Amino acid sequence: MEPGTLSTFLKRGAIWGFIVLQLVFFSIAGKYLSLSDTAFMDLDNMLLLLKQSAPIGIIAVGMTVIMINGNIDLSVGAIFALAAVVMLDSMTWPVFAGLGDWVIPVAWALALLTGIVLGAINGLIVWKTGVDAFIVTLGAMLGYRGLVFMYNGEQPTSHLNWTLVDFAEAQFLGLPTAAWFLLGTVAVVWFIMNRTVHGRNAYAIGDNREAAVNAGIRVGPHFLMNFMLIGFLAALSAVVFYSESGSVNPNDGQLYELWAITAVVLGGTKLTGGSGSIISTLGGVIAIQLLRKGLGHIGADTETVNLVIGLILIAVLFLDRQLNLKGKQELRV
Amino acid sequence: MADVTDKTEARTSGPRESGMNSFNLAGAGRLLARQGILVAFAVFMIGFTLANERFLDPDNIMGVIRSSAILGVMALGVTFVVISGNLDLSVGSMMSFATIVVLDLHDKIGPALAIPGMYAMVLCLGAFIGFLVGYLKLNSLIVTLGMLSAIHGLTLTYSGGKNMDIADKEGTWFSVFGQSDVLGIPVPILLFALVASVLGILLAKTPFGRKVYAVGGNGTAATFSGIRRARVVFTCYLLSAFCVATAGLLQASRSLGSQNTVGQGLELEVLAAVILGGASLLGGSGTIFKTVIGVLILGFIQNGLLLVGLQFYAQYVVTWIIIILAVWLDIAAKRGKLWSPIA
Amino acid sequence: MSQSTPALRLENIVKTFPGVRALDGVSLEVLPGEVHALMGENGAGKSTLMKVLGGLHQPDEGKIIVSEQPVRMASPLDAKSKGIVFIHQELSLASELTVAENIYLGELPKKRFGLVDWQKLYAQTDEILAKLKVGFNAKTRVGDLSIANQQMVEIARALTVDAKAVIFDEPTASLTDAEKVVLFDVIADLKDHGVGIIYISHRMEEIFKITDRISVLRDGSYRGTLVTAKTNEDEITQLMIGRSLDLSRNVNHNELGDVALEVKGLSCGKLYRDVSFEVRRGEVVGFYGLVGAGRTEIAETLFGLREPSAGKILLDGQETRIHSPADAISKGISLVPEDRKGQGLVLGMNCRDNMTLPQVDDLKAGPFVAEGAEVAIFDQYRDRLDIRTPGWKQTVGNLSGGNQQKIVIGKWLSMHPNVLIVDEPTRGIDVGSKSEIHNLIRELAGQGYAVIVISSEMPEVLHVSDRIVAMYSGEIIRTFTSDEVTEDNLIQAISGITPDKAA
Repeated sequence: MEPGTLSTFLKRGAIWGFIVLQLVFFSIAGKYLSLSDTAFMDLDNMLLLLKQSAPIGIIAVGMTVIMINGNIDLSVGAIFALAAVVMLDSMTWPVFAGLGDWVIPVAWALALLTGIVLGAINGLIVWKTGVDAFIVTLGAMLGYRGLVFMYNGEQPTSHLNWTLVDFAEAQFLGLPTAAWFLLGTVAVVWFIMNRTVHGRNAYAIGDNREAAVNAGIRVGPHFLMNFMLIGFLAALSAVVFYSESGSVNPNDGQLYELWAITAVVLGGTKLTGGSGSIISTLGGVIAIQLLRKGLGHIGADTETVNLVIGLILIAVLFLDRQLNLKGKQELRV
Repeated sequence: MADVTDKTEARTSGPRESGMNSFNLAGAGRLLARQGILVAFAVFMIGFTLANERFLDPDNIMGVIRSSAILGVMALGVTFVVISGNLDLSVGSMMSFATIVVLDLHDKIGPALAIPGMYAMVLCLGAFIGFLVGYLKLNSLIVTLGMLSAIHGLTLTYSGGKNMDIADKEGTWFSVFGQSDVLGIPVPILLFALVASVLGILLAKTPFGRKVYAVGGNGTAATFSGIRRARVVFTCYLLSAFCVATAGLLQASRSLGSQNTVGQGLELEVLAAVILGGASLLGGSGTIFKTVIGVLILGFIQNGLLLVGLQFYAQYVVTWIIIILAVWLDIAAKRGKLWSPIA
Repeated sequence: MSQSTPALRLENIVKTFPGVRALDGVSLEVLPGEVHALMGENGAGKSTLMKVLGGLHQPDEGKIIVSEQPVRMASPLDAKSKGIVFIHQELSLASELTVAENIYLGELPKKRFGLVDWQKLYAQTDEILAKLKVGFNAKTRVGDLSIANQQMVEIARALTVDAKAVIFDEPTASLTDAEKVVLFDVIADLKDHGVGIIYISHRMEEIFKITDRISVLRDGSYRGTLVTAKTNEDEITQLMIGRSLDLSRNVNHNELGDVALEVKGLSCGKLYRDVSFEVRRGEVVGFYGLVGAGRTEIAETLFGLREPSAGKILLDGQETRIHSPADAISKGISLVPEDRKGQGLVLGMNCRDNMTLPQVDDLKAGPFVAEGAEVAIFDQYRDRLDIRTPGWKQTVGNLSGGNQQKIVIGKWLSMHPNVLIVDEPTRGIDVGSKSEIHNLIRELAGQGYAVIVISSEMPEVLHVSDRIVAMYSGEIIRTFTSDEVTEDNLIQAISGITPDKAA
């Protein structure tokens, strides 16, 4: 075995080990503290968990791609909200009045298109101006949120379509709709990143941009594609979530970018790009949701969830650095 | 809106006309790029004045600065962190924490003790972040992202998730910081000006300020010159926490009651103001004066757009465009080309 | 070598950078099936020439001719497509990707819908890896490979195209002896297939073992080509070093004072072992060796940037431990670092602020920086070191290399150190400033400073040093006085051919 294989294995497996640890801990602790009569590892409970993970999870998958590529996207929360507004509002537009329930796919398509366009704007700006993605998407986060508010002021945008709600609340082969969308996203994006030339090039660009450029890989179009992908996924997340709830507040999705980044980092994706796994991000998302539910299960205040997640994030960063430092002689600078 | 975008166009047309590819920034173009933000500020002020004469009304101006003071004070501290080459995304939730804590302590131990008590607690948080980023050399983006979440949780745990209100809102002198005037000038403005002056001098004139620039400009070279980089970074986070505590004080004193999420989202708006002022996220550049300009631009755009009859929220869209243009022109001037070399 | 047409010919290549004529009419001819060594000191222009050939720089004048066709190399990819492959000294691999993906980076075989044709990719890669007889397979993650194996991946890239010429830049720098054998087999194989090879190395042993001809560059110009079988080390060394009038050997010795710095048995992990030497006041001690010999790491240890694993450091006879650069500075040790832009200067700051940076805490008027005192210090050292700048407000990044280096030297002189360590004092600096800096170093010793000069340029070491410490792969091979030293015995000591530990 070449050196480094073990630590790589440990790092890749870490998030799943953490999930197992949580499951065991919360099951046992739940029994002794016995605040609820249901077992923690109850199937329904786990399915619900998967469903609740979907909104952030779908976005986090896109964020993984962006971060592997060496960028970041802070505007996903605003794209999420704007796509939701477009979807719910477009169903009431007079143009589509005659469509009946056929308005649903039209509204979905409009919302997804919104996401793709907003993502493309970010991607084009990053590509053509050379301004860092952090700043571009920070600005877009404000700008896109502004558009959400300009659309309908501070009022919520609501529209309940019962066909849609039924679809969103349905279960297929025992899994809730939202969970299918999450798993489907993971599968498709995993395939893109691991099986297509675009995906492999995205890794290469994030890993060693100079080498990629020297090898003739065009960086800009890959950036653009990935920003369009995350825009699409942010909109997909909104479509899945608001099909069920039917009402969006202009502030919805705030801080989603930060939650998504947290999940991605917990999943082991490198901030500097080039390394990361879609499956591990799913692990990161599940770990966060599990923590949220688990703390509730053992009777801890749900308020402490944020505290615990934040500290875990920092601890992970610290451990990662210690692991990487080990055995290396480095300058004390 | 049309009015505003016309002006932004006018600002960029100089360099654009001088050649898409060569982008030779001579004379006026260079001035535009270097002092672009001041020029933009002037253009906005003139534009809004022409559009609505009430814009230059002293009361209006005072009102704008006053409502910018909380964001502004936070931006001052973040300026130090950014110049030292790091980020601070925790200031929003830290501000909520400060506000909730000082309101809670107000009724428990009285305002005179509540204020120093709150400052001490917030400074401890700042010291913790400074330790992680400065001494343990952890990535500041992730550390402060984690602290954003952790402090939010801390606040919720502290308050039990409920809003915090002062019991006797009429009878407390605590409201002086947020609600009273001195010599006709609102106290928040005076405090903002005071903190900005002190920190401005600290950054521009003292050995510490010099070291902040050196650490952010080239941390390795700073270490090779005997500067204790960790200590400098640590101190920057302490300063940031101090400013956040002051912002929390202003917020609490103005409203005398607060939600747990009062500062949510401010971290990124603060960062936007700092970047707008011209500080580079890579570190080593920026000044307190420019950050104040950045804060005021955000404030006046918001106000001006309202006065010309646009929605409150149009400011966000305009801010977005301005941030991108400001940073773009800045780096375009440095590389001598308008468009990026990315293939 | 038959009388065939050259695989690659360079004619009168000229390349200038602001202030420097890096290549001055260089010509070179590589025949098919020939291993052609390119030699020259650091800064002689080898790497610039190779960058021109590899498409990273465009030449100002001159022609590149591949198989009789004049070509223009627009980019590294373009060069590769024209049959010129560059094996970099610094690895340019994506460590998270597999061996196969790295070998075909940018050219992954495609199926429909943009899918990677893995079967084809792995089959092609296996074929290449089989030729290289390596111990890893196509699916191995590059980050899991040793440095030597990563180098083999770089080499494998060369085999994916119908290469006319392959350039190896110091390929053995990080290889073990066993790995070198494999590399030389690969080169022999390429040679048998009629590929022309340019082999850049400082190591004489390798040059004599594998090359057919040797071309030498000095100061950006072509100095001649020798047939390996008909030459010897002396002749090559002669060509490489030349004789410049102003760089004669140092003969003026100062009056020596007490021992300012003494190092006994100092070791630092694998970087260097059991190093002992002393430096007296008024003395310049030169450290000469190849890159990676451990010289810079010793300087970094003395400056508090590395923790030694064994040994003692004595300052003025007192044993001491140095914990940090700040600590080193307070104990009177200064370091002018190797990487001027990365370690020496804050490029975005002005001249004055850079110069006074280490003492900014001491230059105070009340709580503020005493800017008047700073300007006075700047003016004093600007005059003394003849720094050419419009004024102290000038941003350091806008100065020439020579003036930048003088700012760094001024920074430390104004601290009045006991021991001044200068690492590669004239790297990337024009000839005029070079001799100024050399004179300055001698002058400083004359004023009683204890000076250590680390350099990869032999004339420089010979010119400024009273004694010369020769290092090879982490050990001191021999210490020469300036009377005993000759170019020949020095170059032999640092090449590790005849390790002469007599001294």
